[in-house]
Amino acid sequence: MKLGILVNEGPYTHQASDTAYQFTKAALEKGHEIFRVFFYHDGVNNGTRLTVPPQDDRNLQQAWSELAEKHNLDLVVCIAAAQRRGILDEGEAKRHGKDASNIAPGFRISGLGQLVESGIVADRLVVFGD
Amino acid sequence: MADDAQQQVKKSFMYVNRKAPYGTIYALEALEVVLISAAFEQDVSLAFLDDGVFQLVKGQNTAGIGMKNFSPTFKALGDYEIRQLYVERESLEERGLTSEDLMEITWEDEEDDYAKKPSIRIVSRMELTEVMAQQDVLLNF
Repeated sequence: MKLGILVNEGPYTHQASDTAYQFTKAALEKGHEIFRVFFYHDGVNNGTRLTVPPQDDRNLQQAWSELAEKHNLDLVVCIAAAQRRGILDEGEAKRHGKDASNIAPGFRISGLGQLVESGIVADRLVVFGD
Repeated sequence: MADDAQQQVKKSFMYVNRKAPYGTIYALEALEVVLISAAFEQDVSLAFLDDGVFQLVKGQNTAGIGMKNFSPTFKALGDYEIRQLYVERESLEERGLTSEDLMEITWEDEEDDYAKKPSIRIVSRMELTEVMAQQDVLLNF
């Protein structure tokens, strides 16, 4: 089955991103196709490479990045939600005159149309939120 | 925006609004998705339940809380061909609201001399479950 994933909460405060990650990993192991993982609302905070969780805790951003590399996943952070919350890639940082970017490896910034496209193209769009 | 391959597929999308308009950003960002989705020529409807019914209450004034009052945007949905706004009756009643408390939201029927027709439909919880069951894609906010 072709699945679209939507993550609506940031890491650590809510379990949504953990559950979405575990679900995505399990779906891939079962041979399903993940069309795209879209991060919206505070979910965009999963895509900053500047998180430094305690060593005995899971590193969700790293987990997503590694999963993306292994399975060639399309991890998309909503641009409007990201800009509100300070998630920038190099191009956006330059465009807005900011002194740094923080997007994590394997993530890219794009528009909400990518979420709607997931709903259209995927057999199921699975939403993880509060 | 959407390429040819996607335009061939027309799915029913329902955006489920469960949270109050202010206090969290969910309502505002949900509306942003709704507006974008209009460009994809899909069959779009909205549902309002739980505290989400407060999003449609008329006379909203956010001056005191320093937030943008985005409620007028709902009135423009008809121009985006979004004409189905389902409001759950039980959620209204639980909060002491009636249809009289809601904004007037209409769409223009081109086939009826551009008559303005109401977009809001008050439905029971049971009716709403039936509408939800018919959807291809449900997005909860």
